[in-house]
Amino acid sequence: MAILELRDVSFMVNSTYILNGLTMEFWEGYVHAVVGPNGAGKSTLANVIMGLPDYRQHSGDILFEGSSIRHLNVDERARLGITLGWQEPARFEGLKVSQFLLAAAREKNRDEVDRVLELVGLEPSRYRNRAVDKTLSGGERKRIELASILAMRPRLVMLDEPDSGVDIEAIERIFEAISHLKKEGTTVLLITHSARVLEKADHAFLLCSGMLVDKGQTRKILEYFSGKCLPCPHKNVPDLNSGQETGGENARPTG
Amino acid sequence: MPDQLVEEILESINLHRSFDRGAPHVVINANRVLSSKVVDGLEIEPEEMSDGVKARLRVTRGTRIKQPVHLCFGMLPERGLQRIILEVDIEDEAEVSFMAHCTFPNAVDIQHLMEAEIRVGRNARYSYFERHWHSEQGLVRVVPVARVKLAEGARFSTEFELLKGRVGVIDIDYHTDCLAGSSAEMKARIFGRQDDRIKIKESASLDGEASRAVLITHIAVKDEARAEINNEIIARAAHCRGHVDCKEIIQGRGVARAVPVVQVQHPRAHVTHEAAIGSVDSKQLQTLMARGLSEDEAVDLIIEGLLS
Repeated sequence: MAILELRDVSFMVNSTYILNGLTMEFWEGYVHAVVGPNGAGKSTLANVIMGLPDYRQHSGDILFEGSSIRHLNVDERARLGITLGWQEPARFEGLKVSQFLLAAAREKNRDEVDRVLELVGLEPSRYRNRAVDKTLSGGERKRIELASILAMRPRLVMLDEPDSGVDIEAIERIFEAISHLKKEGTTVLLITHSARVLEKADHAFLLCSGMLVDKGQTRKILEYFSGKCLPCPHKNVPDLNSGQETGGENARPTG
Repeated sequence: MPDQLVEEILESINLHRSFDRGAPHVVINANRVLSSKVVDGLEIEPEEMSDGVKARLRVTRGTRIKQPVHLCFGMLPERGLQRIILEVDIEDEAEVSFMAHCTFPNAVDIQHLMEAEIRVGRNARYSYFERHWHSEQGLVRVVPVARVKLAEGARFSTEFELLKGRVGVIDIDYHTDCLAGSSAEMKARIFGRQDDRIKIKESASLDGEASRAVLITHIAVKDEARAEINNEIIARAAHCRGHVDCKEIIQGRGVARAVPVVQVQHPRAHVTHEAAIGSVDSKQLQTLMARGLSEDEAVDLIIEGLLS
């Protein structure tokens, strides 16, 4: 069953389509990936789904568990269980890691703070009282972002470029956390242009210039992406006449 | 009666259960010294005046007082003036930390004026944390003025924080002169609401070689509150280092003004500044709202962090 549906969603900036007629279904409990070259509209798609203030003026509809969420603000969507992990997470001067995690946590106690820190591979005693500010490295900040998402226990999480700016150990921890989310039944949507991240998904969508070029099983999309999009032969203009479908329009994730 | 007043003052700052009467302290209500205790190497000579208390505090050469010295300046009546005049002498190699609790729990119209002359001797360390508890609705006018002189290698740090109640009017004026190798750190964190007025002027003069100063002011204003920050560092000698940091968040019809001034008079000195005034950072706000916090909850948490 689809937990999230996009129906003919378009989003324009200065008369240019950033998203163009997207119709997509995200199956509950699966790890989905949205791939595509730079400027394909991947991050915009996540921002539109999250309902960020600058991304509310779109056409079409977005349904979460069968009901439209078009009219809902960011926090209202979050309270339904939708959340987003930013490519470059915000830093908060003076705010302790424990405060940041508890703000998101469904269970507001220290055990929960420790649990989610351990899940992302950060020693609780070393990180609980650190500030979520510039004293954290990019990888640490990214893992704390993920910890706050784990504390929230969301139904659908979108992770924008989860591997950018992090070292190898941090990437492994982030992948483990994604597996954990999946085990808990959370639907995961990975926004990426990295083959390594794409491999973690059960099912993928390929975007180019705001249009859905293809969708299907991850391996097929990966082959297409690697062969035709890197480097993109048509300079960010979708080659809709290539005739190659990867997995078919209605291919369900194999899990 | 004094015991009862001491209890009342301690209760207003939530120390009535944990306060150690054996620890060095002075408790003052209006112009009366209710209780005091000294330890070896610490001298406190209070003198009651008609409108306040004058006190000489001295830490003798080489004395290191491990426990913080509590200074409780209370004004339990609803109205009135309290003037505190402090003469502080931290002698060479001495070390002490003062926790000043200024409490005006019933204030309707109170003025709390403080004038301090502070001398910190060679390689001595002195920290002064000033925490305020005000009433929720009344008007408190707080005007602390301090002139600090740091000898060679001395370290001085001060923090001003309003923990409870409305600001009313706060007008801080601190100046520190720094000789060679000394360092000064001055911080103020205040949240203004309604028609509060906040004025902060902190300055440091880096006169000696390799002296250092950091001035940090974090303010949030909402409703009709106004804040004006004038922080200044002047570096006059080689290898001096200084930084001025003013951050202000405004909401509603709040108004904030920040004027960080840096002046460098030696080519081997280096002073930096940063000033940021604006509404809450949108990415911070969106991050917290994407975790389910309402906009108001998210703003409160961001401000709590900034002022922590």
